[in-house]
Amino acid sequence: MSGLSFDLIALQLFTGLALGAIYVLFAIGLSLIFGMLTVVNFAHGAFYMVGAYVGLFLLSLGGNFWLCLVAVPLIVGTSGLIVERFLIRPLYGRGIDYPLLLTFGLSYVMVELIRIAFGKSGYPFDTPEILQGAVNIGVGYFPLYRLFVIGIAAVVLLGLWLFLERTSFGLIIRAGARDPQIVRVLGVNVSRVWLFVFGIGSGIAGLAGLLAAPLQGVIPEMGATILAEAFVVTVVGGMGSIGGAVIAGLLVGVVVSMTSLFAPEMAKVSIFALMAIVLLIRPQGFFGRAGLMS
Amino acid sequence: MNELSQTLTQPSVASAGWFDFAKRHRAILASIFVLVFPLVMPFTALAVNILIYGLFAVGFNLLFGYLGLLSFGHAALFGTGAYLCGIAIVHFGWSWYAAIVMGILGGAVMAAGIGALAIRTRGIYFAMVTMALSQCVFYLFYQAVDWTGGENGLRGINVRTIDILGLKLDFINPLTRYYVIAAFVILALFVLSRILASPFGAVIEAVRENEARARASGYDVTRTRLITFILSGAFCGLAGALMALHLSIVPIEILHIETSGMVVMMSLLGGMGTFFGPFVGAAVFLLLENLVSIWTVHWQLIVGAVFVVCVLFFPAGIWGTILKRINK
Repeated sequence: MSGLSFDLIALQLFTGLALGAIYVLFAIGLSLIFGMLTVVNFAHGAFYMVGAYVGLFLLSLGGNFWLCLVAVPLIVGTSGLIVERFLIRPLYGRGIDYPLLLTFGLSYVMVELIRIAFGKSGYPFDTPEILQGAVNIGVGYFPLYRLFVIGIAAVVLLGLWLFLERTSFGLIIRAGARDPQIVRVLGVNVSRVWLFVFGIGSGIAGLAGLLAAPLQGVIPEMGATILAEAFVVTVVGGMGSIGGAVIAGLLVGVVVSMTSLFAPEMAKVSIFALMAIVLLIRPQGFFGRAGLMS
Repeated sequence: MNELSQTLTQPSVASAGWFDFAKRHRAILASIFVLVFPLVMPFTALAVNILIYGLFAVGFNLLFGYLGLLSFGHAALFGTGAYLCGIAIVHFGWSWYAAIVMGILGGAVMAAGIGALAIRTRGIYFAMVTMALSQCVFYLFYQAVDWTGGENGLRGINVRTIDILGLKLDFINPLTRYYVIAAFVILALFVLSRILASPFGAVIEAVRENEARARASGYDVTRTRLITFILSGAFCGLAGALMALHLSIVPIEILHIETSGMVVMMSLLGGMGTFFGPFVGAAVFLLLENLVSIWTVHWQLIVGAVFVVCVLFFPAGIWGTILKRINK
C-alpha cells in the first residue's frame, strides 16, 4: 500500500469528479425530461454524441472552442425541440413504453446519419490550447481541462437551479412535474413547457458530449455506452430527482476512477455492482419517491 | 333483443369459427409454416437466421407482449445461452445435445439473476435496469478471455454431424441444419403454447392487464414476473445455443446493446403479444437488413426509420394489425 500515497488517491478523486461532472450533466437532462414528461429518452445518448460531432464540425469550419460551448447546446437543443414536437408529442397518453421505443428507434437513425456524414471511424478531439497543461491543486498536478469540466458543470447546475427556483417559468416547470393537470386547468400551456424542457435536456446532453470529446475522443457509438451508465446514475439517485442525479453522478464517477486505481479490470463492472447494491437496499434510489414508478 | 344481437353478430360467426380454430391450433399451424419456410426462401442460411432470431423474439415476447415488461437486456440471456453452449463444446468436449441443455439452463439462470434484481423496480425503471445489467454481463464475458476468447469471440464450436436415434445427420448441409434447428424451435413453440394455455398463462396476462386486480385476486405478482422472466430466459438461452451451433463461433457482439435493441424491434414490428408475430418481425427485420444492405451499408437508417413509423402509426405491429383486421 505504500505506493498508493494520499496524494495519488486525492488526485484520482478529482479525476473521478471530472468524470462524474459529465455523468451529472448527462443524467440531469434525462432526469428533467422524465420528471416532467414521464418520457425515458433513449435518444439522450444520441444527442450527446451529436453534440460532440457538432463541436467537431464547428471547429473544422474555423470556429473556436468557446463559440462551441454556446453554439452546441443551442443547435442540439433545437433539434431536441423538433423531435419533441413532431415525434414524441403524438405519443402522449399512449402508455409509457411508446416514447421509449420511439426514441430508441430514433437513436438508430441519428447514429446512422452521423456515420453517413462523418464516417464510421472515430476522430481525436484536441483539448483547446489555453486549457492544456496542468495546475497544482495542493495534492499534485491536475489537468487543467478536467478542472474546467468540473467548473462548467457547476456553472450549468447553478444556472439551472436559479432558473428552476427563482423564475416564474421555473415555477411552472416544478408545478408541472408535480401535477400537469392542475397546471393546465390554471391556464398554462403545458405542452409548450414540455417542449421547452425537452429542448433544455437535450441541449445539456449535447454540451456534455462536447465536454467529453477531448477526454474520450469522438465516435458514433459514444452515446450508447454512456446511456447505460447514466441509467445506473438515475437508478442510484432516484429517477426524476435533480439533486439525486447530481450526487449519484459524482458518486459513479468517483467509483469508476477509484476502482480503476485499485482494480482496473473491475472499473467497468463496479458501477453496475453499485447499482445492484442500491436496488437491493433501496429500490427507489437515494432521492426517489417510493410511489413514483408504479 | 336477443334476436337482434344474434343477427348483429351473425356475419362474423363464420370467420370467427376458423379464427378460433387457428387460435386453438396455433402451435401446429406455426410448425407447418416453419417446415415449409425454407422451400420458399432463396437462401437457406437466411431462413436459419430468421428461425433462430424468431425464437429469440418469441422468448422476448413472452415477457414484453404477454406479461407487459419491457426488457432492454435480453442480449444477456441470448448471449449467455450461446456462450455456455459453446464453452461446453470447446472447453469440456460435451456432445451437442448436452451443450444445448447447458445453453437453456444458462439463459434461465442468468434470467433468474437479472430478474431478481430488476423485478424489485417497477414500470419504466425495468427497461433501464435490465439494460444496465446486460451491459455488466457484456463486460464480464468480455474480460473472461480464457473462457470466452474476449474480443475475438469464442471459436471452434465444430459440430459436423448430429447423432440422433442411431441416425447420423450431416450438420454441414444447410437444409439438414435448418430442419435440425427447426425441430427444437417447433418443440419450443409447443411448450410455449402449452404454457400460455395453462392457468399460469392466464395469470401472466391478468398481471399485464391489471396488476392491482391480479394481486387482489390472490396471485403473487412478483413471483409470476420472476417465473415468466426465467421462462423467457430459457427460450432465449435455447435460441442462443442454436445460434452458437449454427455460426460455430460466438461473436462478442451477441451481448451488445444492439442485440437487445434488435429483438425489441423485431417483436414490435411483428406484433407484441401475438403467438406468431415474433417470427414475422424477425423475418421482416432480417429481410429488410439483407435487401437494404445490397443498396447501401447504412441499413440501420432504414430499419430505424421503419421502426419509428411503426411505433407512431402501427403500434400493433404487422401481424397484430393483420389479426385485428381479420377479427373485426
